Amino acid sequence: MNRLPAPHGGKLIYRVNEEKNIDGMERIEISNDLAHDIENIAYGVFSPLEGFLCREDFENVLYNMRLSNDLPWTIPIVFDLKNMELKEGDEIVLFAKNGMVATFEIEEIYGYDKKEYAEKVFKTTDVQHPGVKKIMEMGSKLAGGKIELVKRGDEEFEEYHLMPHETRILFKEKGWKEIVAFQTRNVPHLGHEYVQKTALTFVDGIFINPIIGKKKKGDFKDEVIIKAYDALIKHYYLKDRAVLSILRTEMRYAGPREAIFHAIMRKNFGCTHFIVGRDHAGVGNYYKPYEAHDIFKEFPDLGITPIFFKSFFYCKKCGHVVNEKICPHENEYHIYYSGTAIRKMIRAGEVPPENMMRKEVAEIVMSYDNPFVD
Amino acid sequence: MTEEKGKYTTVSIPTPLAEKIKKRIEGTGFTSISSYVTYVLRELLASMEEEEKEEVFSKEDEEKIKERLRALGYLD
Ligand SMILES: [Zn+2]
Repeated sequence: MNRLPAPHGGKLIYRVNEEKNIDGMERIEISNDLAHDIENIAYGVFSPLEGFLCREDFENVLYNMRLSNDLPWTIPIVFDLKNMELKEGDEIVLFAKNGMVATFEIEEIYGYDKKEYAEKVFKTTDVQHPGVKKIMEMGSKLAGGKIELVKRGDEEFEEYHLMPHETRILFKEKGWKEIVAFQTRNVPHLGHEYVQKTALTFVDGIFINPIIGKKKKGDFKDEVIIKAYDALIKHYYLKDRAVLSILRTEMRYAGPREAIFHAIMRKNFGCTHFIVGRDHAGVGNYYKPYEAHDIFKEFPDLGITPIFFKSFFYCKKCGHVVNEKICPHENEYHIYYSGTAIRKMIRAGEVPPENMMRKEVAEIVMSYDNPFVD
Repeated sequence: MTEEKGKYTTVSIPTPLAEKIKKRIEGTGFTSISSYVTYVLRELLASMEEEEKEEVFSKEDEEKIKERLRALGYLD
C-alpha cells in the first residue's frame, strides 16, 4: 500500500464520540459557521488542533505563525466568549441550528488585543476588511480547550463532502501517490482549468476542493460552484484523475497567511502539492498579487509542496490558453480571464464566450436567475 | 526572515562554521545566523517525518468508509 504524506503534526486528529453522555451539561448555542469548524477540528481537517487555541498557541500563531510546539500555523482558531458566563474547568455543550452537537472543555480564558490580532493576521486594522470587522465585533475574551463532536450538523451537499480519513482512503484506493490540491471559491473558467491540468500532468490526481460556507456579497452561490465543477469534471476530466469534494469553512480573506492555512488543510486530506494562484485568499487591495507566493519561503517544514502559478490567458495568435512563459505574442492578442469581468458579463445576462468558459459550465451559471450571494 | 518572538535557547556551533553562514546569508532574506540555522533545522527535521505512520482505522471502519465512497460514486 502506498503511503501518503503524514497529517500536519504527524497524526490525524479524530475527536468524534457519538456515545458521549452530555446530560446535565450547560448548553450554549453557536453559529453554523463555528459548528463547521468544530467538525473540521473533530475530523482532523485542522490537525493537529484538538480544540480552540489557548493563549500560548494563540500568541505564537499571531507573532510567529507557528503553534507553541513550532509547527507552522497561521490562522487563529478561537472561541469568542462574547458575554458568556463561563469559567476555566467547565465542560459545556455547544449546539448549532444545523443540528451539530459538541462538547467543549474550557481549559483557559484569556484576554487579547484586537488591533494586534487584526494587524498580525490581516496586515491591516481597517474595519472595511471583512476579517478585521469580525474581530472588532468580538467580545473581549477568548476561551481555549479541547472539543469533542457528538453529532454532526445536517447540511446540504453532504454527498460532496469528504473528510480527511475518507480522502486518505480514497486516494490510496485510486493508487494515487502524488496529489495536487486546488482551492477555489469560484466557478471555473478556462484559466482555472489550465492551471489544474498543467499541475495534474505531473502528478497522479487532482483534488478540487471548493470552500463552501460564509462568503461575501457578490461571490458565487455554493450550489452554482458545485454544479459548475461537476459539469466541468464530467465533460473534461478523467474520472480516475480528479476528485471533487467541498470544504466547509469560512473564507477569512487573510491573503498570504490564509494560503498557508489552506495548504495545511490539504496536507491533512493527504495531498502532496498545493496550487497557489494570484492574490490567493485576498480581498480588495490589502495584499500584493503574489504576496501569498512569497510567504511559503518562510516554511521549509510545511510538509506540502506549493506550486505557484501566474495567470493564464487566451492568445488569439497561439489559438489556445497560454501564460507569459510560453506565449511570445503581443498584448493585443490576449484575452484575460478576469473573474470580475466574467461576473459582470453574467450579471448583464451575457453568456461568457467559449474561449473563456466551457459551454457546459456557462449553461449552469446562466440557468440561475441570480447565481451570486446577495 | 524576521526574528520570531518567544522562547529561545542557545546552541553552540564552531566559530568557522558561523563565519561561513555569515557569508552565505549576505544579501539574502536571512537577518541573522540564528534565523538561518533555525530554517535549515526545520527543513531537515520535517523531511525526516514525511510519511504517515500507522493506520488510524480498523479494517471494519475502513470498509465502512469505502462503502460510503462507493455509495457516493467516488469509488467503483
Ligand atoms: Zn500567443
